[in-house]
Amino acid sequence: MDNTREKLLEIKNLQKHFNIDRNNVLRAVDGISFDIYKGETFGLVGESGCGKSTAGRTILRLYEATAGEVNFHGENVHAKKSKKELKKFNRSMQMIFQDPYASLNPRMTVKDIIAEGLDIHGLVKSKAERTKRVNELLETVGLNSDHGNRYPHEFSGGQRQRIGIARALAVNPDFIVADEPISALDVSIQAQVVNLLIRLQKERGLTYLFIAHDLSMVKHISDRVGVMYLGSMAEIASSEMLYEEPLHPYTQALLSAIPLPDPEVERSRERIILEGDVPSPINPPSGCRFRTRCPFAMEVCGKVTPESIEHKPEHWVACHLYDDRYNEEYKAKQ
Amino acid sequence: MSKILEVNDLSVSFDTYGGDVKAVRGVTFELNEKETLAIVGESGSGKSVTAQSLMRLIPMPPGKFVNGSIIFKGQDLTEKSEKQMEAIRGKEISMIFQDPMTSLNPTMTIGKQISESLIKHQNMSKKDAHERGIELLKLVGIPTPEKRINQYPHEYSGGMRQRAMIAIALACNPKILIADEPTTALDVTIQAQIMDLMKELQEKTGTAILLITHDLGVVANAAHRVAVMYGGKIVETGDVDEIFYNPQHPYTWGLLGSMPKLDNRDEELQAIPGSPPDLADPPKGCPFVTRCPFAMKVCENRMPEYTDVSNTQKAACWLLDERAPKVEIPESARVGGTKVHG
Repeated sequence: MDNTREKLLEIKNLQKHFNIDRNNVLRAVDGISFDIYKGETFGLVGESGCGKSTAGRTILRLYEATAGEVNFHGENVHAKKSKKELKKFNRSMQMIFQDPYASLNPRMTVKDIIAEGLDIHGLVKSKAERTKRVNELLETVGLNSDHGNRYPHEFSGGQRQRIGIARALAVNPDFIVADEPISALDVSIQAQVVNLLIRLQKERGLTYLFIAHDLSMVKHISDRVGVMYLGSMAEIASSEMLYEEPLHPYTQALLSAIPLPDPEVERSRERIILEGDVPSPINPPSGCRFRTRCPFAMEVCGKVTPESIEHKPEHWVACHLYDDRYNEEYKAKQ
Repeated sequence: MSKILEVNDLSVSFDTYGGDVKAVRGVTFELNEKETLAIVGESGSGKSVTAQSLMRLIPMPPGKFVNGSIIFKGQDLTEKSEKQMEAIRGKEISMIFQDPMTSLNPTMTIGKQISESLIKHQNMSKKDAHERGIELLKLVGIPTPEKRINQYPHEYSGGMRQRAMIAIALACNPKILIADEPTTALDVTIQAQIMDLMKELQEKTGTAILLITHDLGVVANAAHRVAVMYGGKIVETGDVDEIFYNPQHPYTWGLLGSMPKLDNRDEELQAIPGSPPDLADPPKGCPFVTRCPFAMKVCENRMPEYTDVSNTQKAACWLLDERAPKVEIPESARVGGTKVHG
């Protein structure tokens, strides 16, 4: 491993549970651990309800964690903090939301939306400076200064997402959580926004947590990818490794399910089709979360929760098939 | 293959405060028996309005047919009364929608929703319809259908609701199934299940499918023929292989180029600059002119006619005119040799 990489975020056994009623707890995120290095894009993928968005929000402390730690620059985000400390921290972490229609206040002008962070953190001294900053930001994201005086409803989805990006950039953050930033956009517009995000990262040395369910886009933008299933982390690897050689049966099924825009390939390929649906996170299966749909499930999978093991350098997988204590039968078959 | 549906020069407009929005502007296509025709395009391209027009689901007013005909079994559907349409909807032509959460009736059991059309169109008794309902649920792969048929939509998961909707749509063996973004609201693993199910059912029943989607992966997986829509018009149409391996229209190139390829990461995505035209005031010439990297003077003023590329493929682009400069298909739009992982 490259030791020169600096850890920006260290997520240790992060849990976020929601109380549904007196007897039921929804385990949205149930003990995930991973690191995000400075300047990289970490992709977080999984199907709806797997906890990826909750994980992103808990990392930013938009939700209080139930247990676990998030260390940002070596400092625990979830430790008790004064308002002032939190403010400093909020400035360095920002978020871009999925729905560009719902995440911009319709009663504020674009200028005020973008400048809100500048005002709260007192980053500009005068009105002229504020206008100048906003105009710079608008240009950075490919809009122009006239757009500042308009309201969100006057913009298309792609343009609104650009406004959301400008708002996140206003306070010069180090780290941005992008929660499905392109899912609500058309294909041709998605590419515009992804290109913009990549360009900004290069120019400003940003670190991204990119949450998405579209695996081909995640592969395109991410350096490393984590695959979540029902609140747990199934696999973590560099995006090349993950797509070249997926280890976890869930990752394999997920990759195999993406329809590729190539008719010949589509006609000839063998798909792994998973049966059934994702179980409820209120009462998840014992042991491995995926075992109820896993084509390779063994007896041990119901009893012991698999730990994440480094099967190959930098390639982590939480599956008993790769644990030498349990996989004799599977190895014999291969 | 015989033609089952013929749409000729169909134009649909909506009367709004902002003026007449010309959502569909002269669309012509046909659908053959046993085939899947995919209509691809972005939001606002007119693909859903086209689909809903076939079922006469467009509220009129504010919508109106400006021009054209929809010929099904020798009859023009645009001229049918609401009463006459009721005999066709659900029986001859059925539709499944994007969002199975909102398109099923939450106050009726799944069984009742399936029986509804059987009782109306096939004069079945309640009991027979119930039996047939169980068969249909089994056909679409719902486990323990005897129990599930008496449940309400909220007791089903998203994928199961979409299966139930397919069962309802197929209840009367329709000739045509219109599927408007049937998998967009579903997760990929569930999407794969539903696409497989639709193909399997098509083989069994011979239903022609009109698939409305924006996902080129789904198109490559399921369609036999493709029509690409932009700005209320079909800009290119052809067999699925022709559209993916020999696309002719710059918009099709743009669509193919903006998809990330799974096997190369470093290349910048070929985004299509700008945004789609305002159909309240559509451009005089080609709708793609403002975003087209190859636009010429003539494109601004005159809509190009279709040029036949092969017996099955045609595109509406001035580049195909013999007087136009030759333009090669850009590298970014080349499809083929996609590596399969997993």
